[in-house]
Amino acid sequence: MLDPKNPARRWHDMGGDTAGPIPDLETPDENHDFSLWEKRVDALMIIGAAKGYFTVDGLRRVLEDMGEDAFEKMTYYERWIASINQNLIEGGAYTTSDLAEKMAAISARGETYGDASSQS
Amino acid sequence: MTHFVRVKPMMPPGHVRTPIYLRGKVGEIERSLGEFPNPEDLAYGQPATAKPLHRVRFTMAEIWGADAENPNDTLDAEIYEHWLEPADAT
Amino acid sequence: MPHDHHDNDHLSPSGHPYRADDDTDLSYWQTMEIAVRELLVEKGITTSAEIAGQIETMDARTPSNGAQVVARAWTDPDFHAALIQDASAATRDMGFDIGPLKLIAVENTDDIHNMIVCTLCSCYPRNLLGLPPDWYKSRAYRSRTVREPRSVLAEFGVTLPESTKVRVHDSTADMRYIVIPKRPQETDNMTQAELAALVTRDSMVGTGLAKTP
Repeated sequence: MLDPKNPARRWHDMGGDTAGPIPDLETPDENHDFSLWEKRVDALMIIGAAKGYFTVDGLRRVLEDMGEDAFEKMTYYERWIASINQNLIEGGAYTTSDLAEKMAAISARGETYGDASSQS
Repeated sequence: MTHFVRVKPMMPPGHVRTPIYLRGKVGEIERSLGEFPNPEDLAYGQPATAKPLHRVRFTMAEIWGADAENPNDTLDAEIYEHWLEPADAT
Repeated sequence: MPHDHHDNDHLSPSGHPYRADDDTDLSYWQTMEIAVRELLVEKGITTSAEIAGQIETMDARTPSNGAQVVARAWTDPDFHAALIQDASAATRDMGFDIGPLKLIAVENTDDIHNMIVCTLCSCYPRNLLGLPPDWYKSRAYRSRTVREPRSVLAEFGVTLPESTKVRVHDSTADMRYIVIPKRPQETDNMTQAELAALVTRDSMVGTGLAKTP
């Protein structure tokens, strides 16, 4: 949300804002592990950065530019894969059309993540 | 850098690592950390210049004024030198 | 298929239940993950083995690593000094693979209570402690900790005397932080391993205290 008192303030710079109680402290799932696809996203970030295609600040820059709506509506690793992908395209790892073809092929493989990722 | 510093009250758009709640606030350098590639360059895939980085300690009274939960509690943050200017003790 | 989400007893290698994923409908973002991964492999940028290895490396990073560091600092004065001096070097010397992590250890005493936050994103000493809990990444924790750390602590069940100064650390740049919690009383005869069992994840973020035996 645009801060009416300071339009230069960006949504992610939230230190000092008022907010509700700290969430999830009592839920039994608080110590959950991540699913395989989320762990793969995490690994792609580390590897993409280690190979010099982008930096953690590039990751953050795209996450910030995605805006507050994405922060509220997408999960953590959904935002990450969106940002990693944009950084990799900007870094020349592959092209948008490579991605479009690949995503279409994957969607045709099956209905579930397990089916669609089984060829890799 | 001097011992007491003020965070420059600049408001550039784009990716920066200086939180807005500290801009314009005066603190003291807790320790200096050496030089690190400037995240403002790295974020855009540009060659990054090395910038000195400091840990700066602020009192909650300095940051939040009369609203501080406990004025003597403190906050430390890492601030790049190009965001700092010399200041007198508060 | 590594798991079945109806089977709550099935644990991942790091000892926690997996979240549902493989057998739910393929989402747009999962499709993108598969595509990015396969493209990077096809372009020769990485391999499936490298990705699997990276996941294994992250799974091996858990709060128990930090707990061992803290327990040693409580019992070994030379290590304690080394940890305060250069926490990255001291943890590497203990044999932990922390990658490029630049770590600073801050210590709780009767007079000082340290607490870690990242207001701008969710920086966390992940290469030592593993991935951060969800609350650490929440808007509420990121927003409120720098303004009202004591009321945040109260929600974690921690109440400090007014005479204890709270020292909040906002991880704004290249450093990551671990809190050395105060050693509980009546632990003089405990071994390092017994002591490590008292060191919780939250106590190393500063939102908790070490457990009492």
